[in-house]
Amino acid sequence: MDTGLKEVILAVVTWNPAKVSGGWCPVFIAQDQKEMEKISLLLARILGGMVHDLENDVFIIVKH
Amino acid sequence: MDKYLIVIICGIVAGFLARWIMLRSDYRHYPTHPHGQLVHLAIGFIAASLGAVAVPAIMKPDFVAVTFLVLAAQQFRDVRNMERENLSKLEETKLIRRGTDYIEGIARVFEARNYLVILTALITSLVVHRWGWPYAFVTGPLCIFLSTRLMSGKQLGDVVDVVPGRVHFQGSLLMVEDVVIMNVALPQIKEKILKEGMGVIIKPKNDDARLTLDAPGQRQAIIHDVVSILGSKVDTAEPDLMPLARKQLDKGYLGLFIVANEPDLDYLMEIIRKVPVLESARGTALKSFYGRKAAD
Repeated sequence: MDTGLKEVILAVVTWNPAKVSGGWCPVFIAQDQKEMEKISLLLARILGGMVHDLENDVFIIVKH
Repeated sequence: MDKYLIVIICGIVAGFLARWIMLRSDYRHYPTHPHGQLVHLAIGFIAASLGAVAVPAIMKPDFVAVTFLVLAAQQFRDVRNMERENLSKLEETKLIRRGTDYIEGIARVFEARNYLVILTALITSLVVHRWGWPYAFVTGPLCIFLSTRLMSGKQLGDVVDVVPGRVHFQGSLLMVEDVVIMNVALPQIKEKILKEGMGVIIKPKNDDARLTLDAPGQRQAIIHDVVSILGSKVDTAEPDLMPLARKQLDKGYLGLFIVANEPDLDYLMEIIRKVPVLESARGTALKSFYGRKAAD
């Protein structure tokens, strides 16, 4: 059977660490916007999830 | 005996032809595989035989045989289970699913068609027994025509208007006209969506149609039919380009977004108009007194 986490935040990617704190999911800190986009693209492909933009320099990866 | 033989043969032929034609009339061309079709033709043949021998059994009169025939007819309930199980199993490995509502609808249709076959065979053999075999050429085609005509359900095009919608972004939100579809972050995905994405607005013509479109099963059926013809650029680990249908909360119409392999907007709209209105999703608000009052 196929099991997995769905509809939860699998990872957070940001280049502004002050905007994120705590929680149980990993937070990846990038140098700039460009690196943030790259990391989240790679993570999304690996996790089979989608990248969502919170429009405050924070990207989250969620599997639907 | 010879007389009964002609009665039975006429009934079987009419019933079997009915099943064959109904198998082909299905525009989704399901089942597409020759073995799947053979299964249904074989079951249709059995159903036709059942209907055809019923009249001689009563005329003989052999009421034990009639009782057994009624028992045998019960077996056709299993056709629905068979189809449902079959489709549900296949569903697990599909990228874009049919949805349980659609499967239930298909399974019910397959069961119902066997009863139509029994009825066609029964009526034809009755007519042949009463008036002679030449009348089979009138009754058979008439029954087949009626069963294909009466049992073809409504299509979505009857109850909704489908118009093109502009795909654009508001910040990170993907929109089709004023319907929010989803949140997209990555610039390269956004670019691809703007370049290749298609959007349509599905507007209900009345309150019944609005309720129909509210049902997630109906939306899934629309998406499935579109994708099974135009294709989509979704893959197992890349859900970003997933086709989606979302509701405009205030006005009740749907926005549908898809990145198709065959980006042809006109055919997209035509396919949506041809999607069947699922029996389980069909809205009936206007049939009720308060529904009509509230709709004013």
